[in-house]
Amino acid sequence: MAMAVALLLLVVGTILFHFLSPWWFTPIASNWKMMDDTVNITFVVTGIVFVAVNLFMASAVFLYRHREGQKAQYSPENKKLEWWLTILTSVGVAAMLTPGLFVWAKFVTVPKEASVVEAVGQQWTWSYRFPGRDGVLGTTDAKLITPGNPFGIDPKDPKGADDILVSSQELHLPINKPVKVLLRSKDVNHQFAVAQFRVKMDMVPGMVTYFWLTPTRTGRYDVLCEQLCGLAHFAMRGRVVVDEEKAFQTWLATKPTYAETAARVAGNAEAGRANYAVCSACHGPQAQGNQALNAPKLNSQAGWYLARQLRNFKQGIRGADDRDTYAKQMIPMAATLADDTAINNVIAYIGSLPDERTPATLAGDPERGKSLYTTCAACHGNAGQGVWSTNAPRLAHMSDWYLARQLRNFQQGIRGTHPQDFSGAQMVLMAKILPDERAIDDLLAYVHTLDARAAGPDPLPSRAALERAELPRRGM
Amino acid sequence: MAYVAIADRDHVLHDPETFIRKYIWSQDHKVIAIQYSVTAIAIGLVALGMSVLMRLQLGFPHAFSLIAPNNYYQFITMHGMIMVIYLLTALFLGGFGNYLIPLMCGARDMVFPYMNMLSYWVYLLAVLVLVAGFFIPGGPTGAGWTLYPPQSVLPGTPGSSWGIIFMLVSLGIFIVAFTMGGLNYVTTVLQARCRGMTLMRMPLSVWGIFMATVLGLLAFPALLVGAVMMTLDSLLGTSFFLPAVVSMGQPPTHSGGSPLLFQHLFWFFGHPEVYIVALPAFGIVSDLLSTHARRHIFGYRMMVWAILAIGCLSFVVWAHHMYVSGMNPYFGFFFATTTLIIAVPTAIKVYNWVLTLWRGDIHLTVPMLFAIGFIFTFVNGGLTGLFLGNVTVDVPLSATYFVVAHFHMVMGVSPILVVFGAIYHWYPKITGRMLNDTLGRIHFWLTFLGTYAIYLPMHYLGILGVPRRYYAFGGTEFLPESVQSVNAAITISALFVAAVQLVFLFNLIWSLSKGKPAGGNPWRATTLEWQTPDTPPKHGNWGPKLPVVHRWAYDYSVPGAKEDFIPQNQPPDALTPAGREQEPAS
Repeated sequence: MAMAVALLLLVVGTILFHFLSPWWFTPIASNWKMMDDTVNITFVVTGIVFVAVNLFMASAVFLYRHREGQKAQYSPENKKLEWWLTILTSVGVAAMLTPGLFVWAKFVTVPKEASVVEAVGQQWTWSYRFPGRDGVLGTTDAKLITPGNPFGIDPKDPKGADDILVSSQELHLPINKPVKVLLRSKDVNHQFAVAQFRVKMDMVPGMVTYFWLTPTRTGRYDVLCEQLCGLAHFAMRGRVVVDEEKAFQTWLATKPTYAETAARVAGNAEAGRANYAVCSACHGPQAQGNQALNAPKLNSQAGWYLARQLRNFKQGIRGADDRDTYAKQMIPMAATLADDTAINNVIAYIGSLPDERTPATLAGDPERGKSLYTTCAACHGNAGQGVWSTNAPRLAHMSDWYLARQLRNFQQGIRGTHPQDFSGAQMVLMAKILPDERAIDDLLAYVHTLDARAAGPDPLPSRAALERAELPRRGM
Repeated sequence: MAYVAIADRDHVLHDPETFIRKYIWSQDHKVIAIQYSVTAIAIGLVALGMSVLMRLQLGFPHAFSLIAPNNYYQFITMHGMIMVIYLLTALFLGGFGNYLIPLMCGARDMVFPYMNMLSYWVYLLAVLVLVAGFFIPGGPTGAGWTLYPPQSVLPGTPGSSWGIIFMLVSLGIFIVAFTMGGLNYVTTVLQARCRGMTLMRMPLSVWGIFMATVLGLLAFPALLVGAVMMTLDSLLGTSFFLPAVVSMGQPPTHSGGSPLLFQHLFWFFGHPEVYIVALPAFGIVSDLLSTHARRHIFGYRMMVWAILAIGCLSFVVWAHHMYVSGMNPYFGFFFATTTLIIAVPTAIKVYNWVLTLWRGDIHLTVPMLFAIGFIFTFVNGGLTGLFLGNVTVDVPLSATYFVVAHFHMVMGVSPILVVFGAIYHWYPKITGRMLNDTLGRIHFWLTFLGTYAIYLPMHYLGILGVPRRYYAFGGTEFLPESVQSVNAAITISALFVAAVQLVFLFNLIWSLSKGKPAGGNPWRATTLEWQTPDTPPKHGNWGPKLPVVHRWAYDYSVPGAKEDFIPQNQPPDALTPAGREQEPAS
């Protein structure tokens, strides 16, 4: 009895949950409404079977429950019934399969007029590439990937010169234009997935995969990686912004071509010395940092990281939160660097200063910190040396009190919450792993014991090359 | 198939004399079955513990400092691998297969008892290597149970230097163990059935286990090859699966390998693996339903053919796990079609189960509760499979919580319910004592309702787009706050379900000495294992004379018969005036 009632209640409860559940597809933003339709067809067919089979079972359990004198009926087979059920099932299956294959035929047929964009995945970030005027992407090779050529574009291929490079995690697409998204990975499998687009596909190193869609609604949509890609898989975020055509063109025009990034010159340390005069007041003549003035150590930090932060200060991406008072101080300071040449020069100068280790100011337990550092090492390197390909700055040799403050800022959402600060957003997710104040002290006590030189020589061919790749288009 | 004299040896082979030969280095299929089962359940409890830790992190993020991202990914990997291979495969085939095949077929033992013993000890070694992975530098692999390269062997993934090697070596050892056991099961079924036990008189449990073993023997080699190739890639620098990649900013050290090749090898094993777990469950549940509904299984011949059809089709559907893997999308047409075709024989099995209940005399014993619970969860999980098997429908749902909910319903909860039902059913034969009924009912209801409370809402999070294999959420605009509340509720259900398994464990141990004495055939069942002269059956199973089978396995409630069951070995003249032997098979 209880079993029959339970089955009945489970069927009713499931149906109620289905119709009352607030969790359903996100509003669609692409042409793939047909996919939602096939899901709905499948819900109808399977829903009927679910209800029919379980109610039949519930009534059997109720009607034929054991009672005194009850005897089961003996009729081992019923060919007619079995055939009818087989045929009916086949019809139901065909009712789901046919529309499914019909839509899939559309999926594999990319419209001729579709434009092309390439999305590149790497641990744990995204970048994008548009073909230039020729409409064709230049050939690439993983062996050509360097900090100065992060897409691995073949410099000998003339088609690659006008390719437009988007180093940010944010991709813009024009509305109502079909686009074929080519997918590539530099390291491990990833997946480019936007819930509102419905379509998704893995990115596989060594090959180019694709899907196509027509964006149908303007707005900004999260890009998630949905193929397990390592420790920070859950923090690999990007964004697609669907724009009106004009806004899209304006955005695209701010992005440099491959030829432009390749032609950039490195910063000049001598020229940067003058720019650094302003900085030295707080950060010290050797860029060794000054805790009393809340100015962190800069020397030995990766140039590409310093450049990104200076630009973030200038654009208000860092220091956006009013509680981040020290970052707010940096905004006018960064503004003294008039242009990218000045930024480049001052970084070249900082790069020429000798690296001196700073004394520890925190009293944590490095043993406990060591196990906490496992997570950090995935991006920042085992020796805390910083890794350009994961966008992770150097931690070893840097001011521990400063790192502690930044971790707290990430935890509290004081830093990393500006919509353009993608790396910061990753750190917001990561900093939450540290359960308490002591964990921060312990972690940084361990970081203080690290020797960045233990990581071996920097694999970067030239630090300046990386800075070139990060610069936006000249004159914009 | 012609009767083979091998089973009819009247002397008992390899008679054990010492304690060690009897209980440790035993060649008796029943002892080996218990060894397999206890080991599998023990390692399964480890996997259950890891799922609790995972759920704690998802339900209450960062509340527990011992669950860092690397631990989380190690837990999901080891949980999945242990549950699928080291628990379910080992328990259904090494445990139930070993116990039931000789007894149900009327054999004295497996045909290769020594190899059977080796199979267990090699399996134990595989488990020990797996467990050793927790104690090596870097810990076990955190690449997900699918172990996809390149990430499984590249930095950035937990255990990518040594954990993955231990995993692959352990799998290799497991496959050796499985092959020794599997050859035994297949040969025993084909060669050692007693007189009168034709193939079409075999209980469906034996059919399910037999077909699953055939699948395993054909599918595991693909995994073995993949494991060897990946080990070479990792240790010797070959490039089977590794193309040129820039890992952690370092220039490429491999070139030309194909990550998709591994996925094909893995799923060529991995999809039949689903049926390696499902077919024994199908078979066993058929026997539970029939016995406790006091009615023959409905459409026996169709059930056998469905098992064979599912087994064959399971080798041509593997790439439905790869619709969005980046393989040529045209494959989608083929694999969607084959996958939906496999739904037809599967549906037939479901119909025949419920038609077995119809007009039965249903005794709601604990094994029966689990069997009916299985039909419900399997219908649910099977139907969601029609979403994911249909390529277009799969695309928006793939890699979300919908997938997690689907495969846990269909190959987690469903087979586990059968495992429980089977243990409540055969425990009296194995130990001579009944399991406690009240504890059994508590165990059933909390497990059945609790698991549904876990997985039903998970489907809907998947439709919303919540991705699987995420250590934490946050920083996305499309996921509402309520997702976290649902995750917390799911975790609470999961804690209940995990806790109630302790009741089951207690019952298992307590009933060993305190359970009601069972007698030889407490469920009044027809199949041979209930007709042994001793309970628990002694070495050699049948005493001096092997049984002779006169009828199919499902003569329940035969009209005119004195009792509502007729054992398979009951001679026809002792029956009814008409001596009727209704059986569909010739």
